[in-house]
Amino acid sequence: MGHVSIAPMEDVEVAEEADVDTPWVTIVWNDPVNLMSYVTFVFMTYFGYPRAKAEALMLDVHQEGRALVSSGSRDAMERDVTAMHSYGLWATMSRDH
Amino acid sequence: MGLLDPPGFRRNRHGHVWLHLGDPERGLMGDLLAQMADMLAEPEADEPVDPLAELVGIDPTAERPDDPALARLFPDAYEDPDDAAEFRRFTQRDLRATKLAHLTTAAESLHRPDPTRLSEAECLAWLGALNDLRLTLGTRLEITEDSPEEFVSLQDDDPRRAMYMVYDWLTYHQDRLVQALQKGIRG
Repeated sequence: MGHVSIAPMEDVEVAEEADVDTPWVTIVWNDPVNLMSYVTFVFMTYFGYPRAKAEALMLDVHQEGRALVSSGSRDAMERDVTAMHSYGLWATMSRDH
Repeated sequence: MGLLDPPGFRRNRHGHVWLHLGDPERGLMGDLLAQMADMLAEPEADEPVDPLAELVGIDPTAERPDDPALARLFPDAYEDPDDAAEFRRFTQRDLRATKLAHLTTAAESLHRPDPTRLSEAECLAWLGALNDLRLTLGTRLEITEDSPEEFVSLQDDDPRRAMYMVYDWLTYHQDRLVQALQKGIRG
């Protein structure tokens, strides 16, 4: 083991810099009202996902309680979350950790 | 429509979506759409509206609705309450306008003769309107994944019974519309 300083560690500003590049994600949550066919339809038409992917995401929502449906910049995710809300899906966005 | 064909939304062999619905059902549907529009209508502002905020669609007074059904229609976009509140101020007015436009478009098509041919935009408006109605009734009924068993056995005099029957009826129509639209897209 090399030299270990006992001086206070420097505050590294990595966290904030990394924030710029860390993508945001849109999460759709399960609810007991939305039809499985409808959720699949929304994923296909809004995101343009093929049926197989849309159905897999829908099943994640239904069985796991949530699914990560898209990722990108904060602006893009705000658009996606707004779109999900206009379709009546319960969606939130957060930073992808 | 043949005598044995079920009512509701249907895509014909030419690819057009038609709504087949008798007058009593059109009356019920129209009443539900109108009630929904009343519920969504912008609450009277206590203070004068800032014209610049109005112009760019910002609602500085937008808050998480107290009514659980409205809270479901306008959910928090962020877990962080401050982020969620700011997002609301920038988006809630537009979202409300979108939902009201869906209701208006759907209601207008109901007044055309039966069966009614629907444009693509009208189909999407119906889809949104039906879903918002179901979310509202589902919230009022406190629907859960296991609800069907619970609700079909309700007594006649239980006030939730009529509401559940309407909810179930809307589910039927929304599902038919989704099926009709699914046939029109490639997957």
